Amino acid sequence: MVNPMRQWWRQGEPWIWLNAAAVAVCVLMILGLLMLISARGMSHFWPRPVLQVEYQQRDGGTVRFLGEVTDREQVPAQILRDNGEAVPEDVLQVERLLLKTGNRKLTGKDFNWLLEPRIMAVDMPADAMVVERHEWGNFYGFLLDILQDGQRQHLQGEALTEALKAKVELAQTLYEQIKHIEKVEIGGINYEMERLRLKKRRHELDGTLTSEVLQQLAEEKKVLDARYAELEKARNVLLEKSNHDALLFRTADGREVTLPTKVVVRYYQPNTMGFGQKVRHYFVKLWEFVSDEPREANTEGGIFPAIFGTVIMVIIMSIIVTPFGVVAAVYLREYAHQGLLVRIIRIAVNNLAGVPSIVYGVFGLGFFVYAIGGTIDQLFFPEALPAPTFGTGGLLWASLTLALLTLPVVIVSTEEGLSRIPKAIREGSLALGATKAETLWRTVLPMASPAMMTGMILAVARAAGEVAPLMLVGVVKLAPTLPLDGNAPFLHLDRKFMHLGFHIYDVGFQSPNVEAARPLVYATAFLLVVVIVALNLLAIYIRNRLRERYRSLEQH
Amino acid sequence: MSGNILASNPYNRLRAIKDRLASIAVTLGGIGVIVAILLIFIYLFYVVLPLFKPAEVVDRGQWDLRATGVSLMSVDEQNEVLFLMKHNGDATFIRLADQKVLKSLPAPVPARFSVESTSNPDWLLTVTRDGGLLIAHQVYKQRFDAQGKRTIEPHLETPFGDTPLEVLDSAQEIVQAAWAMNEDEASVALLGKDQRLHYIRLNISENMFTEELELEQEQWTLPGRFETAAIQSLQISLDGRWLYVIDHDGEILPWDMSAPENPTQNNRVHLPGQAGVTSSRMLLGGVSLLVGADNGRIYQLFPVRTRGNDYQLQLIRDFPGLDDAVVGIYPEQRRKGFVAVSQRGQAALYNATADRLVRRFDVQEDAIQAITLPPRADAFYLLNAQGRLHGWQVHNEHPEISWSALWEKVWYEGYDQPEWVWQSSASNNDFEPKFSLTPLAFGTLKGALYAMIFAIPLAIMGAIFTAHFMAPGMRKSVKPIIEIMEALPTVILGFLAGLWFAPWVEHHLSSIFGLLILLPVGVLLFAWLWQYMPDRWRDRGQAGWQGLVLIPVIVVLVGLAVGLGDEMQNWFFGGDFRRWLTQEMGVSYDQRNALVVGFAMGFAVIPTIFTIAEDAIFSVPKALSSGSLALGASPWQTLMRVVLPTASPGIFSALMIGFGRAVGETMIVLMATGNTPVMDLSAFSGFRTLSANIAVEMPESELYSTHYRVLFLAALVLFLFTFLVNTAAETVRQRLRNKYSSL
Repeated sequence: MVNPMRQWWRQGEPWIWLNAAAVAVCVLMILGLLMLISARGMSHFWPRPVLQVEYQQRDGGTVRFLGEVTDREQVPAQILRDNGEAVPEDVLQVERLLLKTGNRKLTGKDFNWLLEPRIMAVDMPADAMVVERHEWGNFYGFLLDILQDGQRQHLQGEALTEALKAKVELAQTLYEQIKHIEKVEIGGINYEMERLRLKKRRHELDGTLTSEVLQQLAEEKKVLDARYAELEKARNVLLEKSNHDALLFRTADGREVTLPTKVVVRYYQPNTMGFGQKVRHYFVKLWEFVSDEPREANTEGGIFPAIFGTVIMVIIMSIIVTPFGVVAAVYLREYAHQGLLVRIIRIAVNNLAGVPSIVYGVFGLGFFVYAIGGTIDQLFFPEALPAPTFGTGGLLWASLTLALLTLPVVIVSTEEGLSRIPKAIREGSLALGATKAETLWRTVLPMASPAMMTGMILAVARAAGEVAPLMLVGVVKLAPTLPLDGNAPFLHLDRKFMHLGFHIYDVGFQSPNVEAARPLVYATAFLLVVVIVALNLLAIYIRNRLRERYRSLEQH
Repeated sequence: MSGNILASNPYNRLRAIKDRLASIAVTLGGIGVIVAILLIFIYLFYVVLPLFKPAEVVDRGQWDLRATGVSLMSVDEQNEVLFLMKHNGDATFIRLADQKVLKSLPAPVPARFSVESTSNPDWLLTVTRDGGLLIAHQVYKQRFDAQGKRTIEPHLETPFGDTPLEVLDSAQEIVQAAWAMNEDEASVALLGKDQRLHYIRLNISENMFTEELELEQEQWTLPGRFETAAIQSLQISLDGRWLYVIDHDGEILPWDMSAPENPTQNNRVHLPGQAGVTSSRMLLGGVSLLVGADNGRIYQLFPVRTRGNDYQLQLIRDFPGLDDAVVGIYPEQRRKGFVAVSQRGQAALYNATADRLVRRFDVQEDAIQAITLPPRADAFYLLNAQGRLHGWQVHNEHPEISWSALWEKVWYEGYDQPEWVWQSSASNNDFEPKFSLTPLAFGTLKGALYAMIFAIPLAIMGAIFTAHFMAPGMRKSVKPIIEIMEALPTVILGFLAGLWFAPWVEHHLSSIFGLLILLPVGVLLFAWLWQYMPDRWRDRGQAGWQGLVLIPVIVVLVGLAVGLGDEMQNWFFGGDFRRWLTQEMGVSYDQRNALVVGFAMGFAVIPTIFTIAEDAIFSVPKALSSGSLALGASPWQTLMRVVLPTASPGIFSALMIGFGRAVGETMIVLMATGNTPVMDLSAFSGFRTLSANIAVEMPESELYSTHYRVLFLAALVLFLFTFLVNTAAETVRQRLRNKYSSL
C-alpha cells in the first residue's frame, strides 16, 4: 500500500499547484493594480459628504472642523503613548482619519489628522458649502450673505441661493472674458512683439538695419502698442466689474470670511445633493479634468495641456517612426542578402528594444538638442541668441528621441508581418510579370499593413507611457503655451510641452502639497492606463486577426 | 529574363526604372536607419572620449621682461595681463601681447617680501622692512569701448588703507610669513628673526557710517623657539585653524590654532624615506598641504578626524613623476589640481583627487624666480632667474577623471578614510567633486537583484504552468493579461510604489513576511484538500484550470496574512514592526527602500521573463513530451526531465533579458527609492542607480563639463551592459530556435 501523501508528492502534484499559484498571483497583481488605480482615480470626482466634527484638543478645549474624510488608518497605540497621548492600556490600535478641511489661506494647512477617540460629535450640516477657488484650494464654510461693494445685502433662504447663483455666474463669465483677453489676445500681441524684436535684431546682425526698416518696424510696433492699450483697457474694465461682489462665509470655527466672487470656480452643498445632482457633479468634474488647465501648481483643475502635449508628441513621433521603421523592415526582409550581417543587424535591432530608455534620453539631449539644435540656432536663429530656440529641449527633439526609441518596436512588428506572408503570394505576383517593387507595393505591403498598424500602435503605447527620456529632452511641469495655437506657424516644434507621464511624476513627487495632489495623480494615472491598455488591446486584437488570416491563406 | 520583357517598351522601361529606384531607396533607407541606431553608440562614445585624453601643453614662446627680484607673479583670467611684485614691494602690470607696462606701482613703504593668501592668490600680504603688514588685492576690470573691444584695466587695491599694520612690538625682522584670507577674517603667521612664531587674526568689519572696511587685530605668540634656518616654510589653512611649520629635513609640525590663546601642537609627520622638503603649498580650498620633496615626489597631507574626535595630520597620497627635487608647486584656482616644477626643468600637471599625473613636460629652465597658473588653468607661466618669461598653453579639460576616481575608494578632504562617494556638485566653488560611479553601479545591481528575487520565482513558475499545464482556454486569456502587464508605463508602477505601496509596507511589514510563508503553505494545503473534492470538480483542476481555482484561495490568503500580520505586530512588536526593527534591532529603515523597489521593479520585469520563458517552454517540440508521457512519466516528471532541460537556454536568456531591463529601469527607482547613493545590501535602505542619477542630474549639468561627460559615461556603461546581456541572450535564443527546428 503506497502512502497516498507520498504518491501525491512524488507525482509532482504540489509543484504543479505551486506553479499555478504563481500564475494566479501574477494575474491577481495586475488585476489588483488596475482595480486600485481605477477605484482611486475614478472616485475623486464624486462629491463626498462634508462633516462637521467636534474635536477635543490635547489641552481639553474643543475645536470644530468642517471637511471631507479622505483617508483612514490604524495607528499603533504605543506610538501615540510615546507621543504623550493618553490611550487606555488595553487598546492596541487607534483609528485616525484624515480630514480635508481646506481653508489653507486661513489655517495654513489643508489637512488634519483626527484621532477617533477624541472626536466628540459628528454631524452633516445641510448648509455646509464647498467652494472651489482659483487659488488657495477648497474653502469649506457656511454662506451667510452676499456683499456688494462691501455692503451686506441681508438676503436669506431662496433669495440668497438665487443671488449666489447669479453673482457667481456673472463672475465666471467675466473671468472667462478676462482670461480670453489675457491669454489669447494679449498673448498673440506679445508673440508678435517678440517677432518684431527678433526681426530687428536679425537686421542688425545682417547689417541691413536701414532707416526704412526701422521705420517700418516702429510703425508695426505702434499698431501693436495701440491694440495692446485697447485690450488692456477692456481688461481693466472687466477686472473692475468683477471686483464688486463678494460672499460672506462663516467657517467651522466661527470666523467670518469674505470671498470675492471672482475667485470662485464652483460651489456646492454635498450634504443636500441628490443622487442625480451628484452624478451631474461627477461628470462636470470629470469634464473639467480632461478639458481644463491645471490650477494651484498642478494639484487641481484639469490636465488638458498634458493630454494635448502627449497626443501631439505621439502624433509627430508616429509620422517619423512609421515610414522609417517600415523601410528598415522591408530592407531587412525583402532586399538585403540574408547573410550573417543581416542576422547581426536583426539581433542588434532586437536588443535596442532592451536598451534603457534613459540612454535614449541622454543621446537625445546631447545629439539632438545640443549638437543639432545648437547648430540650427547658430545658422537660422542667431537673432534670438543667447536664448536658445532649438538648442533646448522641445517638442521636435522629444518626438525624434521617442521615434528612435520605438523604432525597434515598429521594425520587429513589421518584419514579423512580412515573414508571415506566404511565399506563394510573392511568387505568384512575380510570375505574373510584376516587378519586385510592384509586388511589394501591390501585394506584400497591403497584406502586411495590419502588422505595421500593430507596430505603430505598440510604439504609440510605449511612447505615451515613457517618461525618463522626456525629462531630458523637453517636457516641463507647466508649459505657458500649447505647442499648437493660433499664432503662425501654428505648430511650434521648438516649444516645451507637458506630458501625462511626467505630470504623474512631477505632481506626485515634486509637488509642495503631495497630499492634496494625490487624488489627481491617481486620476491622471487612470487616464494614462486606460489609454495604454486600450491601445495594447487593439494591437493584440489586430494581430490575432492577422494571424488567423494568414493561417487561412496558407491552408488554401 | 524579366529585364528583357521590361525593356521592350517605354512603359515597361519606366517600370524597370521604378523598380530600380525603389530598390535603391529601400536599401538606402534601411541602411540609414541602421546607421542611425549605430550613431547612438558612436555619439555616446564621442562625448565620453575626452575624459580619457591626456592634457596637451603647447609652448607659446618666451619674452624677455628683464624682471629681477620678483617674489610674486600672476596672470589675469583672460591671459592678457601679467602681474609682477618684487621683493621690495614694487608692482607692475604688463600686457602679455606686447610686453607693454600698463601700470607701475612703486611700493608705498619699502618691503621685505610678499606672500599670496592660501587659496586666494589675488590677495597679497606684503611684509614691510620695519615689520608692518600691508594687504593688497589685485583687481582686473573689463571695459568695452563703443566697438565692443575689450580692454582690461588692472589695479592693485589696498582695501584697508596704505598704512602698514603694526603687528610686532619692536621693529622686528620677519623672515617667513603665511596667511589666509577669507570673507570675514584673515589669519597670519609670522616667523621673526628672534625665532618666535606669531599668530595674528585680523577680523574684518565694515564701519557702519563710512562703509569702509576696518581691521581689528588679535595677536598671539606660539610657545617655544623655532630654528629659522631649519624652516623651509610656513603654511596656513584657509580657515586659519591649522598652521604648518615645515622643516627642510622633511618634518611637518601642525599647530591647532582653533584656540589661539592656547595653541596645541599636533602629531609631527616625517616624510617617508628621509626625504627633504624643497617646496610647499596649500591646495585649492586650503585644506590639503602639498609638500615637494628632494626625491621628486609631492606629498599631499591633511588633518583627519580620529576616533577620539581630535585631528591628526595624515599623509594621504604622493605623486611621483619628477626626477629630482621639486622646487615649485602652484595650485589651480578652480580645481584640485596643481603644477610642479623640478630643479632640472621638468614640469608636471597633477590632479590630487584623481591621484593622477595628467601631463609631464619639459620647461628647460633650472633657475626659477616665479611660476603661476591663470585662474582658468589654461596656461602656465614661468619666470626664470634672468627675467625671461616662458609661457605654455594648457588644454586640460578633465583632469578629475581617472580609473581610481571613478571606481576605487578615494580619500577625499574632510573624510575619515578612503570611501566611494558620488557627490557631483555643491554650492561653493572650492568643492572637491566626487565622481565615484561605484555606489551608483552598486545601487543599480542591488535594485536589479531585489527585483529578480521577487520576479524569478513568479515569472518562471508562472511560465512553466502556462506553457505546460494550462488549459488552452485559460492560456488564451492569461497571455494578453501578461502583455498588458508589460505595457504598463513604469511611471505608474513607480508612482504607486512610492506613494501607495511604500507607506503600506511600512505599516504592514510583518504581513509581507507573513505572506511569504502563508502563501505557499496555504496553496499546498489547499491542493492536498482538493484531492478529496467531488470528482466533477476535481477533474477541472486536473485539466489545467488550477490557476483559476487558486485565485479566490490566494485572495483569502492575502487577507489572512494582512489581518494576522497586524495582530502579530500588536502582540509581538509593540504594534509596529518597523519601529521594533529600528529601535530593538538597530536596523535603519527608509520608507522608500530596496524591498519596495524589488516588488515594483519585479512587477515590471515579470512579464518580460514570463513571455520569453513561456515561449521557450511552449516551443519544445511536442514529440519530446509526448514520448515521455507515453513511456509512463507523470506530467511533472516529463516537465522536469525532458521539457525543462531542453528549454533551459531559453529560460536563461529570459532571465538575462529581465535582468537587463531591471538594470536600466529609471522611473521606478527614481520614485520608489530615496535616491541616496549609499552602499549597503539591506532591504530596508534606499540606493541610487546609474539611470536615476542621470535623470536627476543631467538637466542641471553644464554642457561638456566633466560632470556632463561622466553622466554620458554612466549612460554608455548602461548601454554597453544591457546591449551585451541582451545580445548574449538573443544569441542563445537563436541557437535554441535552430535546435528546435532540427528536432
